Order: sequence, then structure tokens, then C-alpha cells
Amino acid sequence: MNAFFGSIVGGLRHIGKLTIDGIWRLGFITRFLFALLMASGQSVRRIHLTFRELYFSGVLSLLIITVSGLFVGLVLGLQGYDILQRYGSADAVGVMVALSLLRELGPVIAALLFASRAGSAITAEIGLMKTTEQLKAMDMMAVNPIARVVAPRFWGGVLSMPLLAALFSAMGVFGGWFITVAVIGVDDGAFWSQMQAAVEFRYDVVNGVIKSFVFGAVVSLIAVFEGYDCEPTAEGVSRAITRTVVTSALAILALDFVLTSFMFRGQ
Amino acid sequence: MIPAERGAPLVSLRDVRFAYGERSVLRGIDLRVHRGQVVAIMGGSGCGKTTLLRLIGGQLKASSGVVEVDGRDVGKMGRSDLYAMRRRMGMLFQFGALFTDISVFDNVAFPLREHTDLPPSMISDLVLMKLQAVGLRGAASLRPGELSGGMARRVALARAVALDPMLILYDEPFAGLDPISLGIIGQLIRRLNDALGASSVMVTHDVHESLEIVDYIYFVSDGRIVAQGTPDEIRASTDPFVHQFVNAEADGPVPFHYPAAPIDSLLQGGRS
Ligand SMILES: Nc1ncnc2c1ncn2[C@@H]1O[C@H](COP(=O)(O)OP(=O)(O)O)[C@@H](O)[C@H]1O
Ligand SMILES: [Mg+2]
Repeated sequence: MNAFFGSIVGGLRHIGKLTIDGIWRLGFITRFLFALLMASGQSVRRIHLTFRELYFSGVLSLLIITVSGLFVGLVLGLQGYDILQRYGSADAVGVMVALSLLRELGPVIAALLFASRAGSAITAEIGLMKTTEQLKAMDMMAVNPIARVVAPRFWGGVLSMPLLAALFSAMGVFGGWFITVAVIGVDDGAFWSQMQAAVEFRYDVVNGVIKSFVFGAVVSLIAVFEGYDCEPTAEGVSRAITRTVVTSALAILALDFVLTSFMFRGQ
Repeated sequence: MIPAERGAPLVSLRDVRFAYGERSVLRGIDLRVHRGQVVAIMGGSGCGKTTLLRLIGGQLKASSGVVEVDGRDVGKMGRSDLYAMRRRMGMLFQFGALFTDISVFDNVAFPLREHTDLPPSMISDLVLMKLQAVGLRGAASLRPGELSGGMARRVALARAVALDPMLILYDEPFAGLDPISLGIIGQLIRRLNDALGASSVMVTHDVHESLEIVDYIYFVSDGRIVAQGTPDEIRASTDPFVHQFVNAEADGPVPFHYPAAPIDSLLQGGRS
């Protein structure tokens, strides 16, 4: 009996510890974000530092974004055509492809890919710089590593995410067009004109861009934080990379639900 | 060659204590570095040598006691004062800590580009001068990954002196080097110090190399200074600790065994 209560108390204690640790970490990451924003002046004044990171995280992800966007579009086209033709509205397949990409799949899948490609690379890079004492060396040279290393990578990620999501959606629309119009034989004019009539700039496009901005900021923050905070060993860096990918994915999907419920409620 | 005590010391530590959380590392350190001197701090691995350097550089703050550099209390400095002080300080890290994503040239140019507005041509001249001083002008375009351990250490040295510092800190400059590289680094430390009119603090456990080049030596053990003196005094010393260290004896005042329960308890099967 005592052992039974003991294990319950132990379990509760464990949950309590996890909760407190989680709250600590949240406080920590908030302070880190604050320090990062305070140290962001240099990312603007020496804009080439930010452009360099924009180039790296953007170019790193270019291939995977292009190819994935294309395949997602092809699948959307096939499924959309299959469902819509039952109701005799195969012409609307362009609308379906474009709206699902702009509102959801573009921002969400691009962000997931960005987290696993560029986010993990950012964590690895900063974590390795920490492990080899490069960040400490910089600090001893009177150069603030948050301003010089962390902030440009953060802003580079924030800026590249909407561009990548847009590229993903564009490739997806092209994939959908290719499979339905060029292969299956849906009417070309109907495909584009229905899409043009149904997609609203403010409601669909802008909301999608807002989503990808939010995802970009969250993924970039998680990536730089995990790198900066990692335990300075080979094992610590590898764990930090895993955490970046897992935490980013959860954060993206949860935030997507929250944002969608505010943005799209069937007016 | 040893400069007489000229005015106030550049670095002075008075009864400095430091602990990582519960774990007390330094237990009352007193030492002084006079201008122009090269001073060695010696002690076994894990005795707190790196910690001592980071206290001088202001990356850590002493739990009690005073760390003064150029007459100012490092522990009381804010971030901008600390950064102003560090611009006049160079530090050679134990493993070089070169920036691995840029070339040797860019590594040495880094402090110049961050802290001066010099035109690129002048930065280039300065960088090549520093690299020439450490004998690696020909390696300017290599990446840190392409350098041997000794060469990387010399590049890090060139970077540490890029801004002509008043104080240079060396963390185990000899660790892991072959005898030839070791001699080269030793000579460079002395030559750069004298050419720049700087002062140097060198943390090491290499006694023989240090005795050749330094002006004064402190021995640290168990968080305290246990012996000190000029190289000649150290060579002549009868202090058992110094004797153990200089002659590399396994057992002596520094025990071979990490503190443990008596071996008998293990044989009897008890673990605690
Ligand atoms: N960040 C840290 N947190 C806790 N303990 C540390 C930390 N850094 C060093 N130590 C401990 O403090 C002691 C002194 O470390 P250090 O100054 O690096 O020694 P040394 O450079 O003389 O080898 C060591 O026993 C080490 O385990
Ligand atoms: Mg050390």
C-alpha cells in the first residue's frame, strides 16, 4: 500500500518537475528573445551580415522547398480532380489547389521543411561555435556574440520564411496545373479564371503570409536559442538539433490551429 | 631582464575566491602582474587556471576579493566598461577558438574590422604584419581546418595581438604541441610581449618551457598560491610542492589518488 502511494507521489513529483522546468525554459527563452531584440541594431546597421544569413538559410532550403512544393501540388491536383469531378465541378480544381496551398499547406509545410533543413543547420552552427569556445572568444574580443552571431541568423530566418512559403505555393499551383490541365485535360481557361475569381488577396494571400512570418520567427527563435543554450559537447549539440526540429514542428502545428481559428471562420 | 617593480601592477588579485555553485575552486588567491612582465601561473589540471583567466577577463565574477586590471575593479564593471577593457586585452584560448568558417586572414582581421574603421588596404597590411610576426604570412588564405595544431595556435596568437593589447592572456599555450612548436610558441610569447610593451599572464603546466621565458611564476594548488618566485628561485627551491612539480613526480604533496573511501571498503563489498 505504501509503495502504491509512493509511486503516485513520485509520479506527481515528476509531473511537477517537468512543469516547473518547462516554465523556467519559457522564461529563459523570453529573456533570450529580449536580449536578441536589444542586440538587433547591428543586424540593421551592418545589413550585409543579415543578408549573408538570409542567403544561407534561404539557399539551403531552396531545393527541398521547390521539389516538395511540386509534389504536393501534383497530389492536390489528383485528389482535387478525383473528388470534384464526382460533383461535376472539375473546373474548380484550380481554386482548391490554390486555396489549400495559400492558406495552409504553403506556410505549414514550408515551415516544417525550413525547420528541419535550415533550423537544424543554424542550431548546429551556433552549438558548434559554442562547443569550440568561439562564442567565448568573441566575447573576450569585446564583440557581443548575440549581436554578431545570433541576431543576424534570426532575422535571416524571419525574412526568408515568407519567401520560401511563397515559392512553395507557386510550385504547388504549377504542379496542380500540370497534372490536371496538361495531363488529365481540365480546361486551361477555367482552371485559371476560377482561381482568379475565388482567391481574395486580403483574406487568403495576406493571411497566409502572416502565418509564414509567425512560423519563420518562431522556428528561427527556437533554432538560435537551442544552439546558444546547448550543452557544449558533441552529444549536447546533437540533442539540441533534435529539440529544434521537434519543438519547431509542434509549435508550427499548434500555432497554425490558433491562427486559423482567428483568421478563417467562414464569413 | 626582469623589470624592477615599476609603479602599480597592471593586474592584481587580492584574496580572490570563486566557486561554481557549491564547488569551491579558488580559495583566496593573491597575485600581481607588473607592467612588461610575463608571469606564469602553474598548477595541475582542474585546479582553476582557466577560471583564474576568466576572472581577469571579467567573464566570471569573483565570489569575494578584488580583481583589478589597470587600477580598476573588474568585478564592478558594467558591460560597456568591460568591453572597453577587453579591447585592450588579447586572449589565446586553450584550443585556439579560431572561427572555423572564415580564412586565417579573416580571423586575424576580425578584431580590426569590428573595432576600427580602417580602410581595407590598411587592415590587409596590419593582418599580414601580424601573420609575418608569427611566421604564417604564407598561410593567410588557408582555412583553420587545414592548419596543424601548432599553426592554429600561432594564428590565434596573431589574432590575440591584432589590436596591440596592453595585456595578453594565454590559456595553456603549450598543450598538445610537439617540442619544436612548443619552443616556437614560447619564444613568440616572450618576443611579442617585449615588442608590444605589453604584459602577459600565461597559465600552463609545462614547467621547463616556462622557466625559460617568464619573469615570475606562481604555483596554484587546492585553490591557493602555494609557491612563487623568479625562475632562478624556483630552480633552487626546496619546497616539496615545487620539487614534485618541477621533477614531475607522481606522488607528493599533490596526491596521485583522487579522494576516495579506503580501498578496504571496496574489497569488503560495500559501495558507500
Ligand atoms: N562551468 C563550470 N561549471 C562547473 N564546474 C566547472 C565549470 N568550469 C570548470 N569547472 C570545474 O572547476 C574546476 C576548475 O576548472 P578550470 O579552471 O577549467 O581548471 P584548469 O583550467 O586549471 O584545468 C574543475 O574541477 C572543473 O571541473
Ligand atoms: Mg583549463
